[in-house]
Amino acid sequence: MTSPHQPPVRQSATEIDLCAADWLQRQSFWTWSAEDQADFDTWLAQSRAHRIAYWRQKSVWESAQRLKALRAPMARPGWSIPATKTKPFVLRIAAAAIFAALVGTIGYRDLGSVSKPENVYATPVGGRETIALSDGSRIELNTNTRLRVHTDKHTRMVMLERGEAYFDIRHDAARPFVVDVAGHRITDLGTKFTVRDGADRLEVTLLQGKARLDSTDRSNPPNSAVLSPGEVAIATPQSVTVIRKPKKILDSQMGWRRGVLTFYHATLADAAREFNRYNQRKIVVVDDAAESELIDGTFPVNDVDLFGRVAHSVLGARIENKGHDIVISR
Amino acid sequence: MAEIPDSGREEADLRPMGAAMTAAELEAWFVREVLPLETMLMRFLRRNWRDRSDIEDLRQEIYVRVCEAAEAEMPKSAKAFVFATARNLLTDLIRKENVVPIAAIADPDSVGLDADEPLQDRTLIAKDELRRLQDALDKLPPRHREAVVLGRIEGLTGREIAARMGIAEGTVSQHLKLGMHALADLYLRDATDAGRRS
Repeated sequence: MTSPHQPPVRQSATEIDLCAADWLQRQSFWTWSAEDQADFDTWLAQSRAHRIAYWRQKSVWESAQRLKALRAPMARPGWSIPATKTKPFVLRIAAAAIFAALVGTIGYRDLGSVSKPENVYATPVGGRETIALSDGSRIELNTNTRLRVHTDKHTRMVMLERGEAYFDIRHDAARPFVVDVAGHRITDLGTKFTVRDGADRLEVTLLQGKARLDSTDRSNPPNSAVLSPGEVAIATPQSVTVIRKPKKILDSQMGWRRGVLTFYHATLADAAREFNRYNQRKIVVVDDAAESELIDGTFPVNDVDLFGRVAHSVLGARIENKGHDIVISR
Repeated sequence: MAEIPDSGREEADLRPMGAAMTAAELEAWFVREVLPLETMLMRFLRRNWRDRSDIEDLRQEIYVRVCEAAEAEMPKSAKAFVFATARNLLTDLIRKENVVPIAAIADPDSVGLDADEPLQDRTLIAKDELRRLQDALDKLPPRHREAVVLGRIEGLTGREIAARMGIAEGTVSQHLKLGMHALADLYLRDATDAGRRS
């Protein structure tokens, strides 16, 4: 086995990079003694260039671990359920895991040439994940969301079964991107948009480009709307209403993508409802007076306690822990 | 290559108390913010430096300077900072060697670098990370590739790889070293840009 050599007067960058690769392969694949560790520590301490070369090599090697995903044999046909237990706030890792899962069902050699017909993605309460599609489009799933993705040569289709997702779509006139949700269909015309399937209504917020919303439920009269940036379509089974929201409000509504909730003059009741989407531990607002208090601020989506403390210190509300939940009252 | 002038290192001496990053923080920052810029940085260097054989050394010197400064105070925009460092380095070298007129160094903006969008880069990079890994792996010479696949994907030890490939352990070691080294270059650089290092 070779041993990384001690640096002569001045080594070239390539020589240093090769030393870094050599140290890394020795650590990873062969027996590694205390003496080796001491030699390695000495080498690292010798110069900043050594440390940087090692960081660089190691980061790529760690990324290369993802190639393991390609080893998976053909999974059962139909569905594959990617991991959903990713912690929030680890977006990069989540994206990688999901992407790996997406291609993980393809045989190792076929990556890129075959597209899996359909995949299911889901997040638990408080979860958040990003899916990168092979066409360069991206979908971000908010808390408690489930959707199916189906792509083939002619179509790209997402069925949003519940929750909320942000879509950043590479437009392809030959292969339209459609989202089916709660009796409605959204067709992208080159777009960034979000879709939220709420309890009683569907909200489509257009951030960039253009998209069309059609109702697909035949039992109701057909409804259709073309959205421009800044517009929000609110659809119920009976109607589609388009409203315009100021950019500030739209930005705050997109806060979940960064793991925060932002409220502008939201009632305590609305803010609590929003928080409860993200947490198993629920906020309960018990009386009408407390409910209609207005609240402003930005909170990490999972920090229920912070919300309680703010309600207490700013609004003077009473906060109690009852079992699992937090009860807010006057 | 020529002696690297020392300018740009003063910042390290101005380190404010308590603002220094730990080694782990610095490493994480470097991997997250600086490495994704490598494709662009290499392109910049090739456009602005005639002698191709210097380019890896220039890149390394830029990384060293950037990390030195970042350790004292983390720059607001890694991208702007990396390219400012690159320009300073080239300018210093030119002044020293008197090779090319200073005006020959292109503004980063003029070669299609937008200094304000590091986030976009990271998104793009995260997006097709796996595909780029796969591409890089596919470009390795067959024996190096085989060793890397057995080691990283199949999870074999060096000894097991040697047995599987029917070669000496020292040879496996070489294959892994060269394979890992080439994988890093291929992965961190655009397909069109990589592979020029030989």
